[in-house]
Amino acid sequence: MMTTKKLSELAKTIRSKNAGTDKITFDVIFRERDVYAMVKRSGALTRASVSALFNIGDNRITDFVEYDPAYAIKFTILRPRPSGSPGDPDIFGAQQYAPLLDVDVTVDA
Amino acid sequence: MTKSLKVICPNGHLGFAPLKTESFRIAVEAGTDYIAADSGSDDIGPVPLGSDTCASPRAWQEHDLEVMLLAARKTGKPMIIGSAGDTGTNSRVDMYVEIIRDLARKHDLAPFRLGWFYSEVDKEAVRASIRGGSPVRGLDGRPDLDEAELDATDRIVAMAGVHPFRALLEEGCDVIIGGRSSDSAIFAAAALHEGFPDAQAYYLGKVLECASFCAEPYGAKETVMGEITPEWVEVTAMHPEQRCTVASVAGHAMYERSNPFHEYVAGGLLDMTNCHYEQVSEKTTRVTGMKFVPAEEFRVKLEGSGRLGARFVGMAGIRDPYTIANVDAVIEWARTQVRERFGDDGWELHYNVFGRNGIMGEMEPLKDKPAHELLIVVQGVAPTREMAEELTITGTRQLFYARLPEVKGTAGGVSFVFDEVMEASPGCRWTLNHTMAVNDPLALFPTHSEIVGSDVLETA
Repeated sequence: MMTTKKLSELAKTIRSKNAGTDKITFDVIFRERDVYAMVKRSGALTRASVSALFNIGDNRITDFVEYDPAYAIKFTILRPRPSGSPGDPDIFGAQQYAPLLDVDVTVDA
Repeated sequence: MTKSLKVICPNGHLGFAPLKTESFRIAVEAGTDYIAADSGSDDIGPVPLGSDTCASPRAWQEHDLEVMLLAARKTGKPMIIGSAGDTGTNSRVDMYVEIIRDLARKHDLAPFRLGWFYSEVDKEAVRASIRGGSPVRGLDGRPDLDEAELDATDRIVAMAGVHPFRALLEEGCDVIIGGRSSDSAIFAAAALHEGFPDAQAYYLGKVLECASFCAEPYGAKETVMGEITPEWVEVTAMHPEQRCTVASVAGHAMYERSNPFHEYVAGGLLDMTNCHYEQVSEKTTRVTGMKFVPAEEFRVKLEGSGRLGARFVGMAGIRDPYTIANVDAVIEWARTQVRERFGDDGWELHYNVFGRNGIMGEMEPLKDKPAHELLIVVQGVAPTREMAEELTITGTRQLFYARLPEVKGTAGGVSFVFDEVMEASPGCRWTLNHTMAVNDPLALFPTHSEIVGSDVLETA
């Protein structure tokens, strides 16, 4: 039986933060190994889905990693301009993760 | 018994918020060989480097330095600080050196050797590298540095590796204040100085640099202790309620980094791909399997910031749903008035529309579904204060007079919390995120030391 859950119901941590002056990195971390494996299998988080969700070209995603030691999916994007340039509203890049909360994940019920 | 070394870190960004003294006290009483912390970050944006200021209040920086210095001198263990005063510029290093001298006097400390090094790089040295055919290579997709971008830069710092710290430890320094440095190098330098291998030493630095961010539950500014042997690194939370778990330590390898497997430092690469994490006691996780790959060419990372101009900020609110639906036309009206007054270039005007996509800009998936009220933050940047102020007033107040054909409210198009604009920090921009080749790892980092305390005056 398959059902749909929000990523925010499945992950322990969903966050974003600067990785240097030109990039923002996103971490989605799970508490249990099987939930992590299930989300990986679901295909809900991929380069393509992230690119569509944030309305950015694939060439702005510099890294996309499934990081098994921490049960985490991690990706990094290039900023439109360096952090803290006039007009940049998020100097620390700390509030860019919100759209990930509502990502639908198809899971085995 | 295995030979080991213990290092504690009480704060991941010294002074940015004060360290918590209780877990620090517990760590000092448990016994440590070094006390170390980094005080810098490029998270804070380009303004502190561009204008040579601190992002942290001086009182908080003095607090952390005082707590650490008193513990270090009482136990006779070395204290190491990197990236003084947020940016690690020369003036911030001098400020920290002065704070240490003042604290020694205030507490009548017995004499000790204070060492420091600088990290600022002369623009002409960078220009010489470019002209000499050694490209200053861009990081993170930036092109190689050209002279126009160098000319737009006001201040450059180089990111020190372990080398100047080790040189000062060799001189017998008890307290070291570093200019801009790699976070991990501060701790790795201590371990390398004591004869531990590269891989374990750099991993020790990597795991300690953000203090309790490698522990759980979340709680910043608490002390953690690292222990290194030739085979492994262990990390232990010192706060009574925190633990270092496999999940928290492995998870920390990802924090603020684009890739959880690789950490580049001046002189090489820490490879964490095959790290193995093991819970060895309730509060302690042991890590093995790290590798260090020395670099073929010695390249130093450079950070540079350039001042764009004076900056003012204004704000305006919108409640009328028709005006909200046409907010881009409202902004364009105000921009047009600015163009008519100041011409097409030589200034910058930025609008962040909160309630629509103020935080995420073009990346906002809900940008077509604005809220029932909006706040527009206006920033104007221009060569002089006077021009920036008038520019920003024009760009803000003209929102009030925008001409929308169907608007019912003809007495004013926006609300003002205050009908004025406020001077902000200067507009600055990160101009350098590059690397430069150097022959001597110490070339960019001149070191100094002196004896401090009990009215002794001697300079080496």
